[in-house]
Amino acid sequence: MVANGWRLDPASRLADTARRQFRLAMGKRKAEGHAMNTSSRDAILQRIAANLGTSEKTRKAAVANRIKLHSRGTLPDLGQTQDPKSDKRKLVERFCEKAQAASASVDRVKRSDIAKAVSSFLREHNLPQAIRLGTDKRLKQIAWPKRGGPELRLGASDGNDLAGLSHAFGGAAETGTLVMVSGADNPTTINFLPENHIVIVNESDIEAHYENLWTRLRKKYGTGEMPRTVNMITGPSRSADIEQTLILGAHGPVRLHIIVARD
Amino acid sequence: MVEITSPDFKHNVDEALADQQLQKAMRHVRVNFIEKRAKAAADLPEFETLRNNARDIKNHVLENLDQYLAAYEKRVTAQGGHVHWAADAFEARGIVLDICRKVNAKTVTKGKSMISEEIGLNEFLEQNGVTPVETDLGEYIIQLRGEHPSHIIAPAVHLNMDQVREDFRRVHTHLPADRPMEEPQSLLSEARGILRDKFLSADIGITGANFLVAETGTSIIVTNEGNGDLTQILPKVHVVIASIEKIVPTLEDMSQIVRVLARSATGQEMSVYTTLSTGPKRKGDPDGPEQYHVILLDNGRSNMLGTEFQEMLRCIRCGACMNHCPVYQSVGGHAYGWVYPGPMGAVLTPTLIGVDKAGHLPNASTFCGRCESVCPMHIALPKMMRHWREREFEKTPDTRPSTQKSQTLGLVC
Repeated sequence: MVANGWRLDPASRLADTARRQFRLAMGKRKAEGHAMNTSSRDAILQRIAANLGTSEKTRKAAVANRIKLHSRGTLPDLGQTQDPKSDKRKLVERFCEKAQAASASVDRVKRSDIAKAVSSFLREHNLPQAIRLGTDKRLKQIAWPKRGGPELRLGASDGNDLAGLSHAFGGAAETGTLVMVSGADNPTTINFLPENHIVIVNESDIEAHYENLWTRLRKKYGTGEMPRTVNMITGPSRSADIEQTLILGAHGPVRLHIIVARD
Repeated sequence: MVEITSPDFKHNVDEALADQQLQKAMRHVRVNFIEKRAKAAADLPEFETLRNNARDIKNHVLENLDQYLAAYEKRVTAQGGHVHWAADAFEARGIVLDICRKVNAKTVTKGKSMISEEIGLNEFLEQNGVTPVETDLGEYIIQLRGEHPSHIIAPAVHLNMDQVREDFRRVHTHLPADRPMEEPQSLLSEARGILRDKFLSADIGITGANFLVAETGTSIIVTNEGNGDLTQILPKVHVVIASIEKIVPTLEDMSQIVRVLARSATGQEMSVYTTLSTGPKRKGDPDGPEQYHVILLDNGRSNMLGTEFQEMLRCIRCGACMNHCPVYQSVGGHAYGWVYPGPMGAVLTPTLIGVDKAGHLPNASTFCGRCESVCPMHIALPKMMRHWREREFEKTPDTRPSTQKSQTLGLVC
């Protein structure tokens, strides 16, 4: 074992009482080796409880109440009025502006023109007319042309696809953020492996804030439930790890192209 | 294990100040982080209110931490995940190794995690026949060099491009020697290509967590490169290592804090990827991990509760305090001699490795107060550094690093 002795140094502990508890916990550890996870759990929870100094009943109630509240705190003002139509228009515009500011490209099209928009993106970037996509029915319903459209490769990506296509659960206008959910029809690998990621988002699914999307998630999956993976995506991948110079295209997509579809 | 050189802080500082490569590299911190954060904060009128809210959320969590951890554990288990509890680094490493052995893992890919640095995971896995591969670009670079992060979000901030180029030439010997390597873009593409294979062949993916959501049993990572995501969706097993204070009650609470996180860290309004993971892959899912483990690490944190250091547990590891610290800017992160540098490290390190070893760090401050003024969680860092000085002062003289005595006496009063 590499130098872990220092961590057991009682002199480094904070308070006398805590020091005693710590020694006790360590004694147990030595006696039981690795198979003592339950006692570590109890020791940690007991130590926390002892240092908090309130009653367990009070804390339990406080936690249960707080989780139920889904309290939203302060939401950035996006200049919303009470006119739903103009509000929606402003949200969609803001979403597009913010996504572009985060280096995504945006194309606003009619739902019936999605296939065309996908093909022209591929053509513009000299990519073969082929895309990886899940079996999501919203993608199936796209009016793909019988001939001359992109080849549709269904299922998860294995890293050999140049372009992937996904349908977003929604978008947050606040920061131009896409929200993607995983599921049988929506492989998460498509969001990360292909160099080019094309994402369709419906205008009607663009909300003001992240919180609007959490409410929708609860409605769809149930309170306290979540799909395996929810990806909030704001622009293509990037790194500034070499001399703090920002470069697009790190491990995830080099390009993120958002097709905003209106019905 | 990161060797502790905090007791040699003064010597480390002398070396850092004379290190021309380091001094050149540290200029990037001054130029890049500070202006971007200032602009991001100014562009959001609600920023100050959100800071207050973020502080209040974490205070509430800390005051009820045991119940939040229990509630979180219940949800993870209900979703088919496994929760492991580690009192210290020794236990946490053992749990990781047990998981590796059970699936006969040979290689693990890793998303960026300061907790894994804190528990000395890489060296331990190597000693036990498991190869850890760091996948964050900065982490990858320093792993090639046998170094540790010098910054909690920009681990290779102490390096210049010519050093990275040399390392890539030295290690990536299968690539043509005359390949173009002048631009940072080509270095990034090279790392991308090499790490792609590692992502696809790894047996286990290990990530940290920025948040753990009690309501849903969700772990969240906030990244820009996408390496954390490839780390956690491609291998059969996803292991999350997180310290116990990462809990937030709900997705809404996470959203409040996330609004101040990237703005304070890199000056982005939002990091590129904020990824919420709940349990293993579901029935019918075409991808995702078959096993999902969370290791909850205490390592001395529970003993900070109820002390004057409790509020340090609000820290969300954005790095703003070090970016704005004149001491950090001058000496870089390695001089601090352990995992956490800068003002947050000066407060946290003594609690984790002992003030007898880290007593110099709380003294390495000009008390200009900039760290506190930019901390998104309103942590009173200078006040807590003073607390450590007082504790040092109260102790018998021979337990203190000898070079520190006169300073402590001079500055406490």
